[in-house]
Amino acid sequence: MRFGVVVFPGTWSDEDCYHVVKSVLGQEARYVWHKDRDLSGLDCLILPGGFSYGDYLRTGAIARFSPVMEEVERFARRGGLVLGICNGFQILCEAGMLPGALMRNDHLQFRCQWVNLRVESSRTPFTSECKEGQVLRIPISHGEGNYYADADTLASLRAKGQVVFRYCTPGGDITPEANPNGSLENIAGIINAQGNVLGMMPHPERCCEASLGGTDGRFIFESMLKVLA
Amino acid sequence: MFLARVYVTLKPTVNDPQGKTILGGLKTLGFDLATEVRAGKYLEIKLSSPERTLAEAAVEEMCRKLLANPVIESYRYEVEEVIPRS
Repeated sequence: MRFGVVVFPGTWSDEDCYHVVKSVLGQEARYVWHKDRDLSGLDCLILPGGFSYGDYLRTGAIARFSPVMEEVERFARRGGLVLGICNGFQILCEAGMLPGALMRNDHLQFRCQWVNLRVESSRTPFTSECKEGQVLRIPISHGEGNYYADADTLASLRAKGQVVFRYCTPGGDITPEANPNGSLENIAGIINAQGNVLGMMPHPERCCEASLGGTDGRFIFESMLKVLA
Repeated sequence: MFLARVYVTLKPTVNDPQGKTILGGLKTLGFDLATEVRAGKYLEIKLSSPERTLAEAAVEEMCRKLLANPVIESYRYEVEEVIPRS
């Protein structure tokens, strides 16, 4: 499988994603600079974490107008898999490819810590290797991961099974204490209606090797491999 | 030449933790009259345009496309004609 790792000025998780795809999963990977428009030969795109354009104005607000984003949208419309992690999630929301917005954490702090995520849907190309209700331990690292959408949008996400991950306790309970940033309904990750674009605040690429403290991130990448195979 | 003053504010339904923290700071300083703070963004944009309507239309489009996120924010602006400094 050929993964494209999209790099904006200020992206910093690109090498981590590239490493996981190439060295841990043994797949093909190449970087895609934000000014490039050539996505040929790619099966899947990753929009990694970082602070594209310094997060000026709003997170992802400037990056979403980078030349590559038109191609990313076209790629997604054709059904290609797109995984937005952290800043990548923020960019996908700004681009209107995912509903809602990511705001400043409610406590205003930057949080870099392990969190527990409950898999709310295993019927996605990104979670097919998980069981529904399974708890994944994956780190977060962000100051603006506070998911917001209006009541109608939230109801629609729930009804259509588009909420993929929620912050939870180690036992899988959705509680305010388990919510690290104030996200509505503890939402940590959502998928588009078409079911091929996933945005999530936690960093699965940071936990694919035991030496890094956990391997639960592999569930997500391996689900994608299975779908693409 | 025109100067646009753009105000981007969070919609009333959106929680504003920054505003709450600022309010806490004001209370600590003894400003008991303060009851609510909403933080937003203020931008000044200079435009070289022969006429006001053109400048206003441009600012409107800037707000819609980039300066405000309609999911969480509202915007308003004033456009004023200014004499360029030589």
